[in-house]
Amino acid sequence: MRFQPTDDQRALRAGVRGLLQRRFGRGALRAAVDRPGALDRGLWRELGEAGFFALRLPEADGGVGLGLPEAVLAFEEAGRALLPGPLVATHLAAGQVPGAASGQTVVTAVYGGLVEWLGEADVVRGDATGALPLTSVDPMTPLHRVVRAAEDRLPDPVAVLLTAAEQLGGAARTCELAAEHARVREQFGQPIGAFQAVKHLCAESLVRVETARVAVYAAAITADPLDIAAARLLADEAAVRCARDCLQVHGGMGFTWEAEVHLYLKRAWVRAQRMGSSAESEEKLAGELLSEVR
Amino acid sequence: MDLSCTPEEEEFRARLREWLAEVLPTLPPKPSPDDWPGRRAYDLGWQRMLYDAGYADVHWDASPTVRLIFLEEAEKAGAPYVGANFVGLLHAGPTIAAEGTPGQRERWLPPILRGDEVWCQGFSEPDAGSDLAALRTRAWRDGDDYVVSGSKIWTSHAEVADWCELLVRTDPGAPKHRGITWLAMPMDAPGVTVRSLRTLAGSEEFAEVFLDEVRVPVANRIGAENDGWRVTMVTLSFERGTAFVGEVVACRRVLGELARQALANGRWDDPSLRRRLGQLNAEFRALWRLTQWNVSEAERKGGAPGVGGSVFKLRYSHARQELYDAAAEVLGPESLDLGRPWVLDRLSSLSYTIAAGTSQIQRNIVAERILGLPKGR
Ligand SMILES: Cc1cc2nc3c(=O)[nH]c(=O)nc-3n(C[C@H](O)[C@H](O)[C@H](O)COP(=O)(O)OP(=O)(O)OC[C@H]3O[C@@H](n4cnc5c(N)ncnc54)[C@H](O)[C@@H]3O)c2cc1C
Repeated sequence: MRFQPTDDQRALRAGVRGLLQRRFGRGALRAAVDRPGALDRGLWRELGEAGFFALRLPEADGGVGLGLPEAVLAFEEAGRALLPGPLVATHLAAGQVPGAASGQTVVTAVYGGLVEWLGEADVVRGDATGALPLTSVDPMTPLHRVVRAAEDRLPDPVAVLLTAAEQLGGAARTCELAAEHARVREQFGQPIGAFQAVKHLCAESLVRVETARVAVYAAAITADPLDIAAARLLADEAAVRCARDCLQVHGGMGFTWEAEVHLYLKRAWVRAQRMGSSAESEEKLAGELLSEVR
Repeated sequence: MDLSCTPEEEEFRARLREWLAEVLPTLPPKPSPDDWPGRRAYDLGWQRMLYDAGYADVHWDASPTVRLIFLEEAEKAGAPYVGANFVGLLHAGPTIAAEGTPGQRERWLPPILRGDEVWCQGFSEPDAGSDLAALRTRAWRDGDDYVVSGSKIWTSHAEVADWCELLVRTDPGAPKHRGITWLAMPMDAPGVTVRSLRTLAGSEEFAEVFLDEVRVPVANRIGAENDGWRVTMVTLSFERGTAFVGEVVACRRVLGELARQALANGRWDDPSLRRRLGQLNAEFRALWRLTQWNVSEAERKGGAPGVGGSVFKLRYSHARQELYDAAAEVLGPESLDLGRPWVLDRLSSLSYTIAAGTSQIQRNIVAERILGLPKGR
């Protein structure tokens, strides 16, 4: 069994990370926060050229011809970088909506009773007529509410999985930010990371990240809806709780607009909502316990 | 990334499955938990069957994937757990295999594999638990022997053990991590007294061991004198890294049983209970994936399991307690009846966040060794 990224997969991950560091570093992130509702079309096209949206499209159709595990690694990086935009919807539209694969067309979709980036999108999948704007809690994700019974069902499993991958990336990043801060910030004459109360918050974050990671990667390999439902629950938990604990480790600074932590927490909330209520995933996994013949 | 096994590994699985189906019905009935001689005989008998069929060394000679397949299939088929062979097979044996001389490997490994000898772990002392390196049991040289005096506590299976992996202090003047030595002590040596302790589950699971001028040959030393702390780290990495794997499969089975029980007694109609069982399903699926991940990493890197074992141990020990708390919710008032299945498991699950290093100690390890946070004072 080789349940570890291959060399090619590591290289892909490093490539996406490098691209995002160059094109969406801290400066770009702050700029995006200061211009809410505006999507960087140039960056979107660059992502398209790099194959981010066409990653799973067959080579014969002009895509990169890779699979779900590679897509998950790329979306994990997007989550780490807190990259804004309807990434999942556009990725899923590649090969179906002209221009989506290349990043020329921004595609959004109705998920979990919400539409992200309705104002900036060229194409909307699902019925968003009469959608009402919300004052989005996440300054980087404009939101509209869609009130329709039909949207209450669980979205496409691949959308759920890619969202879980973004959650994983966010969780991993906030865990790192917490540990970095705990190593350098001093109180009582020593780094706060030497205090167990702080150390244990960080350790629990790491454990949540690693547990979510294996669930997400395994679901990418099997593409099994139950694996995906499980991955989603663990990744949501990791993203939200690691961000909260990271905020706690940063103390007063963590509560400021200036620190990035709140942006991770707010995005984690948006993504958790995007995939509909967690009760549905839990019920699905409970149902399996009865149905499986052991 | 891949979750599939090679054709050889699948062949191993198929042969094992066939063999288990054949032999499990021939096993004698399980002895009661307090029948120590009965338990020893039962566990050794099972080990002997494994030996005769060529499966005995799966814990240390086989590739990590083959070991994983073994544990998975054995548990799915309802095979006996390692039981009294836990220490010998899962950490003393691997430690001797890694650190012992050829002569020592020849002396101790075959009897463990054949199911002839049982080992116990004499690490903890009344004043040295989490702070294991503070241990005080003394050993001094007298000719070809060490003479050992002191006491050990929480020694699981001490009543039925032939050998003890014993930590002793051989240089009281050295800094506490430097004066420790790892010895193989025969439990029938004059001066060894075992007094059993009753656990909160009512069973006599572990014991105190008193050592009064016990003579242990110098030849029984694993590693160099005063180098025992390093050897101990090898032992602990096996204990945390690989020892709980089969149990995760068992927990998944219990979860299915809980759901069916809840359906039978009407508790299934409660959505909050269903959601809780659904969450636990996600949790144990992930723990199984974590196992596969750690195994794959070990296979890639080779050597003793790394600190990933602490990540697994932390998450698993708490999940196991939540599982049996959920069982209590399914059982309702019956959860207070010791005669019901799962009630004793609920009690024994309380030890999981303590034994083999408490959760607090594991968090320190994860924070310091993986996240690089400074050591506390
Ligand atoms: C069922 C069972 C079987 C066992 N079997 C064996 C065996 O076979 N052989 C053997 O040698 N030992 C065995 N043990 C012993 C086990 O390893 C110890 O109990 C464990 O390491 C804790 O040590 P302690 O009991 O002395 O608790 P203590 O070390 O006194 O800890 C008490 C509390 O203080 C906390 N604490 C202590 N130090 C710190 C710290 N630095 N930071 C934060 N919190 C801290 C602990 O987490 C715990 O909550 C067994 C224990 C159990 C419960």
